[in-house]
Amino acid sequence: MENTINTQVRANSEPQPSGNSELLLQLKDVSVSYSPEKKAVLNVSADIYSNTVTAIMGPSGCGKSTLLRAINRMHELYPNIKTEGEILLKGENVLDMNPMKVRRMAGMVFQRPNPFPTMSIYDNVLAGYSLNNIKLNKQEKDEIVETTLRGVALWDEVKDSMTKKGSFLSGGQQQRLCIARALALKPELLLMDEPTSALDPISTNRIEELILDLKQQYTIVIVTHNMSQAARISDNSMFMYLGELVEYDSTKKMFTKPKEKRTEDYLTGAFG
Amino acid sequence: MSSTLQYRRAKDKVFLCVVCILSSLTMIPLFLILWELLKKGYKQINLSLFTEVAPSSMDAMLARISNEPIPGGILNGLSGTILMLAMAIVMSIPVGILSGIYLAEHKDSKFSSVVRSLTDLLQGVPSIVVGVVVYAWVVRPMHSYSAFAGSVSLAIMMLPMIIRSTEESMKMVPGTLKEAGLALGASYSTIILRILLPAAFGGLFTGSLLAICRVMGETAPLLLTALGASAVNLNVTEPTSAIPLLIWEFYNDPNLANLVWTTSLLLLVFVLVINIIAKNIAKKWKIQ
Ligand SMILES: Nc1ncnc2c1ncn2[C@@H]1O[C@H](COP(=O)(O)OP(=O)(O)O)[C@@H](O)[C@H]1O
Ligand SMILES: [Mg+2]
Repeated sequence: MENTINTQVRANSEPQPSGNSELLLQLKDVSVSYSPEKKAVLNVSADIYSNTVTAIMGPSGCGKSTLLRAINRMHELYPNIKTEGEILLKGENVLDMNPMKVRRMAGMVFQRPNPFPTMSIYDNVLAGYSLNNIKLNKQEKDEIVETTLRGVALWDEVKDSMTKKGSFLSGGQQQRLCIARALALKPELLLMDEPTSALDPISTNRIEELILDLKQQYTIVIVTHNMSQAARISDNSMFMYLGELVEYDSTKKMFTKPKEKRTEDYLTGAFG
Repeated sequence: MSSTLQYRRAKDKVFLCVVCILSSLTMIPLFLILWELLKKGYKQINLSLFTEVAPSSMDAMLARISNEPIPGGILNGLSGTILMLAMAIVMSIPVGILSGIYLAEHKDSKFSSVVRSLTDLLQGVPSIVVGVVVYAWVVRPMHSYSAFAGSVSLAIMMLPMIIRSTEESMKMVPGTLKEAGLALGASYSTIILRILLPAAFGGLFTGSLLAICRVMGETAPLLLTALGASAVNLNVTEPTSAIPLLIWEFYNDPNLANLVWTTSLLLLVFVLVINIIAKNIAKKWKIQ
């Protein structure tokens, strides 16, 4: 049983690279366990190409967040969690790299906007630099803040309130600030865990547009509970169920002709 | 049907009345105390209170006989209190904050629960016992009562409050902030010092101020450690006065007894003001 699933996963994990994109992230037999008995992610393998948006879908509790957080080694905050397999970022196994370096190469945006409440908007954007003790002069700082905030379409809204606290912004603006904070470090990869689930439809819409726009420069892996969102913004989609990667294909193919019965059931709303 | 409704409404009203009356009853003691201190102490309030040391019994007696206000002030007590509080703060705040952070970061470890229980026990140790112990630890080896010994006893009494308030305010900081810091590649110590501590600062500051309030009026441990002094003393190895020690001395000298009220009033006002500041800071810094 286990074997057949694994071979299917491999067979289904081949979305073709498009245009000039290259292999950026390779998951090889990645498993994550919260305790010796409980594996939350089981032998996931997948190749992710640069300048694409990859959506991870699946019913709640299927291991989407767990897989995403394995990529930038967030699980190390909790000593009991074990990650096995290989996660190659630009050919280097992140599990062997310096975790601080991994996290700077793979930025993360969370479900709830979490700007640092004691820092100004300006300082929030630069937090990745200041927290890593990277010294910048005033001119460099100003430039990073402006280009990053323009990049997330927040500059015009906040350019006159740079010194205000991040919590002064609306939820959607806060989330864009958090995206800016992650992008300011110029990561190779942006990991997003249901970044719009705490936002209203208008803010959600703006973040989705932003994601499509960011694809020109970045590679994005986004967890979403929302199938139509995945259909709107992603190039490739993964469907996970009970910790397994059931199907991984181009979003168009998956939504029109899913290979797996379970994917079809999920997409047609039979469960989830 | 409607009668039960009426009955309920009446019951609600009666209940509300009782609650209001009882809660205003709790305010009465504070106002009675303030009133009493004001009534008996206002005559002695003047600038020299803050610029002169406590009068001798003789001067006070002469003033009393000629029906003049008692000369002198409480400068020796005021300076001693400030000196010892400052030293106690320097000793207890770093230790208290670090232990509080440890407790908040290792909620479930065995060691934490031991430390937590010991902290609670320490909070319950009678202040006179703290005084006796510090007498044995500090006063005897140094062969002298001293401001230092006094501040050690105050620091011990402040410690549990600072530890617990640090722990509580660190726990209030949303865990997502820690993750945000981690995701930016920050080290654990950076996350604690630059993200979590600043976010918890309001609660921490309030807790520290309340701890200061709490020990400001302590008398018993200071009797056994700082002893008291008739002049302003800023040498930490020498015996030193403090406001509550002065109250005790005034009380014991019939010629100076009138000063008890003014000095108590002043001490109470200090405590109330610091309390109000602490509460306002807590409100202002609260994370939404
Ligand atoms: N900290 C944790 N400790 C133990 N089990 C966890 C923890 N976090 C998540 N899990 C379990 O791991 C599984 C996957 O969780 P998660 O990755 O959060 O799911 P998703 O993001 O797809 O909703 C779930 O069964 C969940 O109960
Ligand atoms: Mg999740």
